[in-house]
Amino acid sequence: MTINPSAASAGKPQSATDAPPQFVRLTEAHRKQVGLTVDGVAITALTGDTVLSAILLRTRRVRDTEFSGEPRAGFCLMGACQDCWVQLEEGTRIRACSTFVKEGMRVLTRPAGAVEA
Amino acid sequence: MTSIDRASMRRVVIVGAGPAGVRAAETLVAAGVVPVVIDEAPRAGGQIYRQPPADAGFARSKRTLYGMEAGKAGAVHSTMARMLPKLDYRPDTLVWGCGAGQLDTFHAGRERTVPYSHLLIATGATDRILPFPGWTLPGVYALGAAQIALKAQGCSIGRRVVFAGTGPLLYLVAYQYAKAGAQVEAILDTNPFSRQFAATPRLLRQPSTFAKGLYYVGWLAARGVRIERGVTLVRATGDKAVQAMTYRDGDRELTIPCDAIGFGYGLRSETQLADLAGCRFRFDSFNRAWLPERDTAGRTSVPGVYLAGDGAGIAGADAAEWAGRRAALAMLEDLGHRTANAQAHAMKLDRQLTSIAKFRIGLEQAFAPPLDCASHWPDDMTVCRCEEIDAGTLRRCIRGGEASEINRLKALTRVGMGRCQGRMCGAAAAELLSAEMGKPIAEVGRLRGQAPIKPVPLSIALMAEMDEAPDHLAAIPEHARDE
Amino acid sequence: MNETLRFDVLVVGGGLVGSSTALMLARRGLKVGLFERRYCGAQASGVNYGGVRRQGRPAEQLPLAVRARRIWDRLPELVGTDGEFIVSGHLRLARSVADLAALEAYAQMANPFGLDLQLLSGPTFRRRYPWLGAAALGGSLCPGDGHANPRVVSPAFARAARAAGADVREQTAVTNIVYAGERFVVEARHDSGAMIEAQANWLVNAAGAWGNTVAGYFGESIPMEPIYPNMWVTEPLPYFIDHNLGVYGGGIYARQVARGNVVIGGGRGSGDGEYAQPLTETTRTVMRAACALLPRLKDALLLRSWTGVEGSTPDDNPVIGFSRTTPRLLHAFGFSGGGFLLAPGVGQVLSDLVVDGSTSTPIDAFSIERFGLARGG
Repeated sequence: MTINPSAASAGKPQSATDAPPQFVRLTEAHRKQVGLTVDGVAITALTGDTVLSAILLRTRRVRDTEFSGEPRAGFCLMGACQDCWVQLEEGTRIRACSTFVKEGMRVLTRPAGAVEA
Repeated sequence: MTSIDRASMRRVVIVGAGPAGVRAAETLVAAGVVPVVIDEAPRAGGQIYRQPPADAGFARSKRTLYGMEAGKAGAVHSTMARMLPKLDYRPDTLVWGCGAGQLDTFHAGRERTVPYSHLLIATGATDRILPFPGWTLPGVYALGAAQIALKAQGCSIGRRVVFAGTGPLLYLVAYQYAKAGAQVEAILDTNPFSRQFAATPRLLRQPSTFAKGLYYVGWLAARGVRIERGVTLVRATGDKAVQAMTYRDGDRELTIPCDAIGFGYGLRSETQLADLAGCRFRFDSFNRAWLPERDTAGRTSVPGVYLAGDGAGIAGADAAEWAGRRAALAMLEDLGHRTANAQAHAMKLDRQLTSIAKFRIGLEQAFAPPLDCASHWPDDMTVCRCEEIDAGTLRRCIRGGEASEINRLKALTRVGMGRCQGRMCGAAAAELLSAEMGKPIAEVGRLRGQAPIKPVPLSIALMAEMDEAPDHLAAIPEHARDE
Repeated sequence: MNETLRFDVLVVGGGLVGSSTALMLARRGLKVGLFERRYCGAQASGVNYGGVRRQGRPAEQLPLAVRARRIWDRLPELVGTDGEFIVSGHLRLARSVADLAALEAYAQMANPFGLDLQLLSGPTFRRRYPWLGAAALGGSLCPGDGHANPRVVSPAFARAARAAGADVREQTAVTNIVYAGERFVVEARHDSGAMIEAQANWLVNAAGAWGNTVAGYFGESIPMEPIYPNMWVTEPLPYFIDHNLGVYGGGIYARQVARGNVVIGGGRGSGDGEYAQPLTETTRTVMRAACALLPRLKDALLLRSWTGVEGSTPDDNPVIGFSRTTPRLLHAFGFSGGGFLLAPGVGQVLSDLVVDGSTSTPIDAFSIERFGLARGG
């Protein structure tokens, strides 16, 4: 699935997958591509992207809170706020803003098998 | 328990490889010491001189990344690179606990204990956050986050960005974004220009820094970037993600469509390790925060523990470099090491640090955080984003007479009990207590550091190591009978 | 500013024992004062594991435990909150055939007290608890036991005591007590510097880990040592641990709260009798045990650790009852890590002793006299 940064859109995000991306890649776009999977969907990122960037260059949500279920997309980007923890399919928890993408990584942003809100 | 009989062990450990940690290491290395330098990041530089990931093809020059600070950033980076053969450098390593002369670290899934006889804590700072309604929406970031996205990832946090809050960082980041081609919708400074103007005499103590500040503002204004001063942040709104920022100017409320907000009110020191190391704390009204006590050289109340840089009180990158050197000199002195010119060097650093302190007062004057914000927070505004605790819950607890200080408030409402352990909500909880009780913020208590200072998986216990060094572990206790 | 106060009963110590005693006495119409040197419920009462558990206690504790357990069901009515008390059952795990036999024997002893212990092992046990590690061969389930939130429960008792008319003074440290002219004269100092003198007909020593300081005023210190039980809490996790878990032979215990965090206890921290810190070596040992007991926790994030100061006696039983040396002095301290369930019952028992002179609950095993000759303070 090819993801292009969408043109500036005034419309409201309908759901997590057709929300326009949060982040915008301004520069350094020449780097080597890396393939990974997020919630079962294959995406590409660039070497040196954090998992957070890879996700937010596609959408506006990284996780949901445990209590109200509201969406979050990170906050401090420096490993302080702890609001971007996601997990690998094999179980390991990773902090998305401080973990770099690796070829073949399989990331989950919601419990496996959960239906997208 | 003290450091016991460590006469035979001399082990200098530095936590943090930002400007303070790097310059401290440099001073120690020059004196023949081989310090252990532990850093959570993969590369040296701290936050301000953060480097993009290595071996990933990032191509921007230091000039592009750091602008007018390129020289200083480059110097810190190259110093570190040069020193590598003479240090025990441990990047990508979290120090999650500290006590009885040893650090608990976590690297690549393994736990490792690092004993020390002399410890320099140079853990830097994070953004100081005071919430506004809607601040937990996707797309709302700390100001430092906006800078990291650009510097370390080459990304903007959004298509149409509003910068808000106060502080010199506000204008710097907006400038960097605009220069990089991002669309900056507005800068909303909660301080009126008159405050910055009144602070000018103090700010002129660092003329080049002051000039840079003026330059950024001038550059932005010349390009027609909307700058609003003396405003109040009202709320961020959006359906599942931010779509607009509303602010108040006088008696008008105005709304700016946007898809990203970067906000902050200066910085707050990371002090959890100093707390676990047993340092005595004092409320610092200037930083409006509890800080570990230290003397001008960086010695704390605990022999063998030192502080340098923004982790001990916000003073900026230049001060961090000086403080790092100064603390290293104090360490060397305490280690019985005599260096030629050490005293002269120390005196010079002391003078530089004193001078910058006066500049800092000017900055606080110019860019004070909004002290009366707490009373305006609606009850349904989230204060603790980890645990989703709102202002109304805190107020009910305080007004019910159940909590008059912050640890009791935490115990009863869960504020500060989440993953970030109060980093993002601690200041807000204190402001709310102060406003509700009518007590000065210095009298509402302080949240304590608890290990692990950042979350670690339980599995770290499965693969644990000890540095080869004298074993000072306490006797393993007998099994518990309590349940 | 100095104050002089008069009470029927003065309680020293605002933990759960002291607060529940003050509440029960105030409800029975007595004029009660309580002095707590820091904040009510901030010491062991507030930082303990939170187990509300009869199972596992020695026979001599069971009558008191059973009485206390009945009070836990009435918390909302008594103190205005349920304190997050969940009747989750307490599952005490066996790691060997010998452990299973021991649990059987315990059940035979304890079931006449109404604990309704059920032994499980083998394939039934495995099927019922797929989330338990292989080292757990079986267990004994006490369906009526559970757990609660100590941070919330203890202050709630103090508030209720106040609401019932007790004069509860926090930040008020006792500096001296003498028994003179048929009453207790207590000197105390508030953090602000204000001095207080209180006179009371009765005195209750509920000073927890510092109970010996009060006992010492009357020449009856006991061999009590401070202990620092270590606790940890994980991030919120999907709910899967449906009982309060313990292991026969000790070592580790775990419970999952409604919000999903798993609280784990085990081992000891270090301290100086006043303050305590968790120990890394303990963290290592207990987290290893936790991963073995609950493999699903391996990847879970640990958020923080803590400990507190508790008083521990040589036989792990508390001191409850009349002083050996002084009339109308009651002791209730030294709970050795097992006070959370018992404390509301202890409050009732002490109120019986004050009002009626006796109690129907057997407490002879907890007499201070079992420690032999009086020792100076």
